[in-house]
Amino acid sequence: MATPLTATVDLIAKFPDSVTADTRPGYGGFIVKKENLVEVATAIRDEFGYDLLTAATGVDYLAENKMEMVYHAYKTTGGAGLIFRVQADRVDPVEIPSLVGVWAGVDFQEREAYDLLGIRFTNHPDLRRILMWEGYEGYPLRKDWKEPFFEEETKPFKSRWPDGQHTFAENKNPFRDNLSFPEGFDPEAYKPENEDDLYASLERFRSKGEDDRLKTDHIVVNMGPHHPSTHGVLRVAVTLDGETITGLKPVMGYLHRNHDKIGERNTYLQIIPYTDRLDYFNSMSNNFGYVTTVEKLMNIPVAERAEYIRVIMAELSRIQNHLIFIGMLMNDLGTMYTPSLYAFEERELVLDIFEAVSGARMMCNYFRFGGVVRDIPDFAIQKIKDLVHERLPAKTDEMERFLNENEILVARLKGIRVLNAEDAIRYSVTGPVLRAAGVPYDLRRADPYSIYDRFDFDVAVRHNGDMMDNYLIRFDEIRQSLRILEQALKQIPEGPINSQKPQYQVRVPAGEAYGRIESPKGELAFYVVSNGKPNPYRYHVRPASFVNLQAVESMCIGTKIADFVALLAMFDIVMGELDR
Amino acid sequence: MYGKGILKGLSVTWKRFWDTYTEDISWMVRGKKRYNTVEGVAHRSSKNTKGIFTVQYPEEQLIQPEEFRYVPFLVYDEGEEGRKEVRCTSCGICAKVCPPQCIWIVRTNDPSTGRPVPVPTDFYIDMDICMNCGFCAEYCPFDAIKMDHDFDIASYERNVYNLNKLLKPASYYNSIRPENAAREDEARRAKEAAKAAKAEAKTATA
Repeated sequence: MATPLTATVDLIAKFPDSVTADTRPGYGGFIVKKENLVEVATAIRDEFGYDLLTAATGVDYLAENKMEMVYHAYKTTGGAGLIFRVQADRVDPVEIPSLVGVWAGVDFQEREAYDLLGIRFTNHPDLRRILMWEGYEGYPLRKDWKEPFFEEETKPFKSRWPDGQHTFAENKNPFRDNLSFPEGFDPEAYKPENEDDLYASLERFRSKGEDDRLKTDHIVVNMGPHHPSTHGVLRVAVTLDGETITGLKPVMGYLHRNHDKIGERNTYLQIIPYTDRLDYFNSMSNNFGYVTTVEKLMNIPVAERAEYIRVIMAELSRIQNHLIFIGMLMNDLGTMYTPSLYAFEERELVLDIFEAVSGARMMCNYFRFGGVVRDIPDFAIQKIKDLVHERLPAKTDEMERFLNENEILVARLKGIRVLNAEDAIRYSVTGPVLRAAGVPYDLRRADPYSIYDRFDFDVAVRHNGDMMDNYLIRFDEIRQSLRILEQALKQIPEGPINSQKPQYQVRVPAGEAYGRIESPKGELAFYVVSNGKPNPYRYHVRPASFVNLQAVESMCIGTKIADFVALLAMFDIVMGELDR
Repeated sequence: MYGKGILKGLSVTWKRFWDTYTEDISWMVRGKKRYNTVEGVAHRSSKNTKGIFTVQYPEEQLIQPEEFRYVPFLVYDEGEEGRKEVRCTSCGICAKVCPPQCIWIVRTNDPSTGRPVPVPTDFYIDMDICMNCGFCAEYCPFDAIKMDHDFDIASYERNVYNLNKLLKPASYYNSIRPENAAREDEARRAKEAAKAAKAEAKTATA
């Protein structure tokens, strides 16, 4: 809570002509002139030391006739972040210089802004649509865009009460007036184009063929969207030279539902159950991230007991996520189902607890602004204690005994490079993958939120950055989470579980907030802009899976296709979060 | 020695395999049933579970905690002569708070005065759109809409429930959520008592 909105950096003194402070009420940071963006960004990275660019978000300010890109840069040594933004007139084409050359980690996020807001990034090497399909008409996140089945700008819809005769949305509006297609487009005759752009983008990593090896053809292989190893509907286009990967591009969006737009239609409270569906393995963590962000905006305290309950739930969630990660990694390596079902046993026991406190095993919807919904019942507290003190430590040991020394596993994992520290930071990779590369960057320590500064735990870190380290670090994190849980269970006070009165419409003052938490997969952040109305003006999710996946291209080039499946598993991607 | 790690791992698998049978035998020796009983399921979802873990749905079911929530229903109190006293006053809070907007309420208007009457003419919930978030039950000021425990509602048709289909007696609610119901009844009684006391004080001063 104590972190200021933005770090105090003398950016204006350095660039008096191109940087001004953002003085809008509720906003912070700097506004950079479009022409000098790359120059200023380079200085922010090199001279001020903000090496990790976590989020790049586009916002459409329709009333001011402006498009804005907001960048959040942090230091991997910890501390508050730096917000800087650039504005462009809202005339087509909206053009903003790309920052890919400064932080490679904005690649996907710029493509996302291009896809959903129509901001054209000059000098971006591969500016294609990312979540919507090529040939899609319109930019869904623009404020003047309306989706099919559109009813009203914001919920609650007026037709529901007081005279709400039930109608099916699909009968009322079967793709008629608010779905637009490109000129001359016939949906019946639609055939996907040759995807030349995608395959052309693979070219940039292709070897030039000047060596004296035998000239062979490169084969393009499409892994997915239906492929058991890719954890859902992710498609990866790969070019192969024999068995070696020479080019690779992830193609996503098969599960895209425009979570951001859904959020902007909903009220602040109504978004909470939708965040459950992002990373469906960790709905508690998603709730945590979202309510922390809105609490920052509302500037309200959290009830003391609720803080502990939140930490307990988030850490339980992390433990079961990491166990599932280990099980699923084994599936990807070919050890089908036995390890993953052992992991699922412990997960089931954790989910029993979630069900007892929140009512649902996966879609928990448990957090509220200022606290949580209800107190933990006594039998659930007892069950958490049983798990934390007895069962989970024993089962973690058993899992290690089961797998760690297995010669086949070691042969598959040891020495296969995932990422080194430099690349990981460059690609904005966060979470266990970054820590396994030797960067001790854990938001629970680096930029503490909630009450994590009260607990005694170590940031799990390993230094080789190979697959074995990435695998072992999950065990380290499980043990650290158990340490936190033990302390939290001991310290948890009695008292109210919410600092606010239950209310279904919260008052959120105008302004912006960027809240981030250490989700089991990396940094999960929410960027919310409020204009004082009951619905957020802009609601953006920065999911860990999506941003981490940027590194997959460079890290897989030159490896064998069989290792690719395991390398992808290292990021622990979840499509609900990746495609949102 | 190469292969030691594999053997070590296999010993874990062996132990788990063995546990299944020793558990079965120990339950049998004690004269208890490990399968198809509540006790057996409870043991299998406790910290002491060993061996095979599966709950054989639908023959067996996991034990639902009180807070378990599935689609909503409307509560009515049983009046005299089987009259259904619907708690809902059609205030519309559930329809407003519903994230996927699947609740539709028709408010009753008094035909003579045209003023709204606190009882719904009809009440629709589109169960196919409902996301079981529980907001309607959480924010209802009259304890009129509650989350159900009955989850076997799959069907071939679209499930749009009307008022008739949504109504369930308060006794049913008390049976699935005894602790919650007791707490809410208490709160309601306290509120009514306070109201009565206030009214009494008012008449006394007047």
